[in-house]
Amino acid sequence: MASALIAYEKKSNKNKLKFDTVKFYFNKGQNMPKKITNRFSVSYLQILDENGKVDKKLEPKIPDKDLISMYRWMVMAREFDERMLKLQRQGRIGTFGPSIGQEAAHCIPAYLMNEKDWMVGAFREAGARLIRGETMEQALHFYNGYEEGNAKPEGSNILPVSIIVGAQALHAVGIGYSLKYRKVKDAAVVTFFGDGATSEGDFHEAMNFAGVWQVPVVLICQNNQWAISLPRHKQTRSATIAQKGIAYDVPGIQVDGNDPLAMYVASKEALERAKSGGGPTLIEAVTFRMMMHTTADDPTKYRTDEEVEGWRPKDPLIRMKTYLINKNIWSDTKEEEMRAEVKKEIDEAVKNFEANPSFDSALVFDHTYGNKHYTFEEERTEFLAERAKEAENVKA
Amino acid sequence: MSKLNMVQAINLALQEKMKDDDGVVVLGEDVGVDEGVFRVTAGLLEKYGEERVIDTPLAESGIIGTSIGMALTGMKPVCEMQFSGFSYLIMHQLEGHASRMRQRSLGAWSVPLVVRMPYGGGIRALEHHSESRETFYAHIPGIKTVIPSSPRNARALLVSAIEDPDPVIFMEPKRSYRAFREDVPDKIERMELGKAQIVQEGNDITVISWGAMMRPVIKAIEESQKEFNASIELIDILTVSPLDEKAIIDSVMKTGRVVIVQEAPKNVSISSEIVARINDKALLYLEAPVKRVTNYDVVTPYFSRELDFIPSQGRIKRAIKETLDF
Ligand SMILES: Cc1ncc(C[n+]2csc(CCOP(=O)(O)OP(=O)(O)O)c2C)c(N)n1
Ligand SMILES: [Mg+2]
Repeated sequence: MASALIAYEKKSNKNKLKFDTVKFYFNKGQNMPKKITNRFSVSYLQILDENGKVDKKLEPKIPDKDLISMYRWMVMAREFDERMLKLQRQGRIGTFGPSIGQEAAHCIPAYLMNEKDWMVGAFREAGARLIRGETMEQALHFYNGYEEGNAKPEGSNILPVSIIVGAQALHAVGIGYSLKYRKVKDAAVVTFFGDGATSEGDFHEAMNFAGVWQVPVVLICQNNQWAISLPRHKQTRSATIAQKGIAYDVPGIQVDGNDPLAMYVASKEALERAKSGGGPTLIEAVTFRMMMHTTADDPTKYRTDEEVEGWRPKDPLIRMKTYLINKNIWSDTKEEEMRAEVKKEIDEAVKNFEANPSFDSALVFDHTYGNKHYTFEEERTEFLAERAKEAENVKA
Repeated sequence: MSKLNMVQAINLALQEKMKDDDGVVVLGEDVGVDEGVFRVTAGLLEKYGEERVIDTPLAESGIIGTSIGMALTGMKPVCEMQFSGFSYLIMHQLEGHASRMRQRSLGAWSVPLVVRMPYGGGIRALEHHSESRETFYAHIPGIKTVIPSSPRNARALLVSAIEDPDPVIFMEPKRSYRAFREDVPDKIERMELGKAQIVQEGNDITVISWGAMMRPVIKAIEESQKEFNASIELIDILTVSPLDEKAIIDSVMKTGRVVIVQEAPKNVSISSEIVARINDKALLYLEAPVKRVTNYDVVTPYFSRELDFIPSQGRIKRAIKETLDF
């Protein structure tokens, strides 16, 4: 397939950023140096605009069933997040960080992955995790404070939620090295992180290692404009996050992260590049965090409703639905049916989750080490004895 | 006097020192506009502006590294780690630089910075938001590690920490942030770092603790006094490094029985150090083995399990009884 990214570069110069505009003045009045050794540009990809209008030249050929399937997953992600928020408000689960508004940025790449690919996420991709095989019950247990929720989903390479901002990008690069070393065919790593993460050393180290090692890794930055209360422009002076790839010679592209088609094209190309030995790619998915950082956060302290409302029309779900309707493969009736189905699936999962009795606490002793050590066995015995006495106290 | 909770009391100390000394700056993630995720830095940005209340990019090592530079040149940075669970990214700056600059330069340079960080469990938070890892910092020579337990001592200790000529790690028991209020004097108050506090005197047994564990400890002691008719001495360690060894030894020599309560796991911990010091200086005064009530040596469990692991009032009381009866 011809590179849509390159095609786009040719097509539009107006969004290109020039990096040779800064002049260095070594002597007063003299413009030095004379020789420019490198020029850089950053491309921006959008295929389906906010009004659902598609750029025919860039439109990817996607089978209808995949289009509908991707849309369904994004709806699932949205509905699931909304249910999680409700459960949190009712005290049925703990702190949760919704990804409402960001569904295209993480669901589409996850949809394009196969069972040999690895997903190394952060904490704002509940939808992508479901696509990669995590069950909703697991997610519910995790957000209800049980390790059981982070167990590996059957037959899927997905690492547990990583809360330490940026750290997981390095794990992804290491997995990429391993895939390359073992010559695993048709496998790549996709790692997710936020705009805030790009300030951490770990992000820069991951980019540099990825570049030096030329590993099959796709680094996806969900640039949702905020890192808790810090706006994107205070996180970095760089005009784009994609340009950070330039320093490490990792191809970088800025994508309209609310455009499912653009996310499709960019992720597909990056995965293909990775799997054909072409090395890493950095994708900056420009999107927006429509909700609070987590349920423990109050965004009215630091941002305006107008800003949030300004992003509402750019919703990836609305855009995708318009596209499907314009293609004559979707209707309001189908939408209703699908939403009802999705809600039923979620209801079912919540029911199963709540039917589950609470888990055994002593299980933690089984998993601190792989090999048993007698001192920890003694501690377990002590723990169980103390728990028994505690239970007696409660009864008394 | 005002009745303040710990968040307000810490805020008061920050306000006082910022007013006092224009070299004092506050920096960290979300400390300005958002006023800190626990609102500890409330009102500071409004009063002192962006130059002194800095919303930094998201990089813990960057926060401490730049603070070292500020501290070296006469400023007094008070940095915030959003949660202690993210502070491991600053270890190399602390161990490699902040802690050694004084000795490295034979006193020509020093790094008077404070790193505040909420620590500990009990608030049903996600992973990395519940650990009690004071041992990490206590192990670094050249750094002081302070853990207040109440609004009043939090305020006084933070004032002293900011005035201290060396790096101070200030660990705030987040479970106690809003748990209770206490009278805090209007006039600025200080508490010497490196000194424990005898909270109450007693003759039969010494209970030693710090931080968030002081609350269940006090309740367990109240019950034990009544039920076991015992006279109990209570020591709040307050500075876990350097340790106030004398306060401990004097008390042990008097009572001969000791219970140490800590939220952290047992292995290589502050309680291990306290036992070792007792062993060094007061072993022959003991009438019972020193009893430790600690967390277990497992990876900190997620929040639905955490209270099964953190020492409870009941467990503390049982330890007191066992040690009294020995
Ligand atoms: C190393 C580290 N520092 C601080 C935090 C606290 N924290 C959690 S999420 C977050 C902001 C992350 O922003 P971004 O990377 O943009 O991701 P987003 O939350 O917007 O998805 C912060 C500061 C953390 N989890 N890890
Ligand atoms: Mg963000």
